[in-house]
Amino acid sequence: MALTDQQQPIRTEEMLLNVGPQHPSTHGVFRLVVKISGETVLDAEPVIGYLHRGTEKLAEDLQYNQIIPYTDRLDYLASMLNNYALCHTVEEALGLEVPERAEYLRVIVMELQRIASHLLFIGTYLLDLGAMSPFLYVFQERERIVQLFNEICGARLTYNYVRVGGVKYDAPPGWLDKVRAFIPFMYERIQMYDDLITGNEIFLRRVRGIGVFDTETALAFGMSGINLRSTGFRWDLRKNRPYSIYDRFEFDVPVGEHGDCYDRYYLHLLEMKQSLRIVEQALDGIPDGPTLGKVPKIIRVPAGEYYSGIEGARGELGFYIVSDGKDKPYRLKIRKPSFVNLQLLPDLLRGRNMADLIAILGAVDIVLGEVDA
Amino acid sequence: MWNWATHPISGLSFLGMVIGAVVILLLTLLVVMYSIYWQRKLIGWIQLRIGPNRVGPFGLFQTAADVLKLLIKEDVIPSKADRVLFLIAPILAFVPAFTVLAVIPMSQHHVFTANVSIGALFYLALSAITIHGVMLGGWASNNKYALIGGMRSAAQMLSYEIPLGMSVVGVVLMAGSINLNDIVIAQSRSIWYFIPQILGFIVFMIASTAELNRTPFDLPEAESELVAGYHTEYTGFRFAFFMLTEYVYLFAMAGLFATLFLGGWSGPFLPGWLWFALKVFLYISIQFWIQATMPRMRVDQLMTFSWKVLLPLALFNLVITAVLKAVV
Repeated sequence: MALTDQQQPIRTEEMLLNVGPQHPSTHGVFRLVVKISGETVLDAEPVIGYLHRGTEKLAEDLQYNQIIPYTDRLDYLASMLNNYALCHTVEEALGLEVPERAEYLRVIVMELQRIASHLLFIGTYLLDLGAMSPFLYVFQERERIVQLFNEICGARLTYNYVRVGGVKYDAPPGWLDKVRAFIPFMYERIQMYDDLITGNEIFLRRVRGIGVFDTETALAFGMSGINLRSTGFRWDLRKNRPYSIYDRFEFDVPVGEHGDCYDRYYLHLLEMKQSLRIVEQALDGIPDGPTLGKVPKIIRVPAGEYYSGIEGARGELGFYIVSDGKDKPYRLKIRKPSFVNLQLLPDLLRGRNMADLIAILGAVDIVLGEVDA
Repeated sequence: MWNWATHPISGLSFLGMVIGAVVILLLTLLVVMYSIYWQRKLIGWIQLRIGPNRVGPFGLFQTAADVLKLLIKEDVIPSKADRVLFLIAPILAFVPAFTVLAVIPMSQHHVFTANVSIGALFYLALSAITIHGVMLGGWASNNKYALIGGMRSAAQMLSYEIPLGMSVVGVVLMAGSINLNDIVIAQSRSIWYFIPQILGFIVFMIASTAELNRTPFDLPEAESELVAGYHTEYTGFRFAFFMLTEYVYLFAMAGLFATLFLGGWSGPFLPGWLWFALKVFLYISIQFWIQATMPRMRVDQLMTFSWKVLLPLALFNLVITAVLKAVV
């Protein structure tokens, strides 16, 4: 018996939707080709490369200290960490001694940078979810941090501050006091965000149980940083593979329980507090002395392969240097946490609806400068 | 309402109607202009910004400048769009939003408005037409974002129309009249209805926010997901019309809110129109405040919320009101 028109199921069509590269919520030039049926995402394919500048190839023609400005432009929200990651690898390869004061200054700027980066995550994430105000609030605190950086190195975004063997400039007089004054202010503001955002029912309903993955998946995809910790796996390179002087400080590594977007949001808040603790201790312990160690005029890394990773703002940030003994790397490979974390995105999006797409993409926390390098 | 039987229409009375309509239109445009200005100022202050302050003293002419800019923009109609529908949609959205203002009693003397005996019904019936404009606009644009935005709007506004209507029915029951002016008079004799009708008041606040497509129910225009929703493809004057609709509707909803729950033009000491203006201002400011604070809801949660929470609540309120009315 043939079905009449009315008995036939409604004929629906899948729709191919291009989200980006000029879409308001992709944080830079990122394109996502999603196949949707109604509002349900059937498949998603990230298309990257719009911000590709060939950093790794360019580095092959540059001396080690010349590469540092290029690292500024990778994850432009956490330039200090990028600076340090490169210098740290080179120092390890050379076996350089770094003066105490320089190490302390590095830790202070790195943790401040982590706070600035996390702040921006919270702001943009809430903006993606439709709340505009937090985005403008976070810029206040970030402005204080950026001002501090401006005073110590003369730049607001691309710092080029950390050098192989130390840091470029010593802290100007009174700078450390300003940092100290920033700490109670920041604690207060974190509490404010906690009150303003964490208790909002609409926010909770949008992020709880969304974009869930477990530890095995995260490890299989090589995820790190908050994305890995949100699944309950305690892994922080500052603790597990201490570099610089992180073993001297007391701090906790907060972990999530459910591995959902809410955990990832909340860990950002908690980690800011831990970073403040580290800054506080570093300010107490900072000695006087030189800020740049004895570094040869032209740095020649002995032939061989070197890798070291640090805990970046978004996960393990590593530089892999292949050297043939010259003053320039033979090959430089960057382990970009944003790029690695992005790989799981299509799996997370399948079967969710369009509104979740934004919530999930935002929580995975990518910076396109780093994804594309 | 105009009684056609006893007062056959004459040249003079027709002229009076036209003048009334024009005055209301001008008043509405003024209100819209300055509610947009107030929105930008208020949200600016909440977000620690200054807000518009360049055009004119304190930026008072900012909106006028914006509208002027929109008027001189090129009027783009996408080549793949359904031309007729594309042109009709903004008008279809605007006209009902404006027409409903005719029945809202802005002061005790109906100077420019009509004292319609079925005011509340008239309002609800006409405001439902706005959906067609929004949906057609999204459909006719032939754009995926606009289509999703339009469909979302349609679904959302339909779902919230019902609890909204139900909450109004509670007030109508209490006042014993559908005439908006009578409702105000009934309130001025007893008490403003937001106290006895507190449940209906809450339902009305939420449902009207959704009806206006404002945060946290601004899904049709979810910027981060849909670029700009149903009016993505609209430019220049037609876009201005959609924006205008939004704010005229906001004004109308504020008027309805003031009339139903806050006693409309009634109040001690001050003249009626001023009381009305203050109450409208209150509603509009609350809307802007919410807009600056809340994230956006998710589309499926939105539907569940309307059908499973708001509607039963409104019905419950209705039953209580009816029972109390019968007992007391």
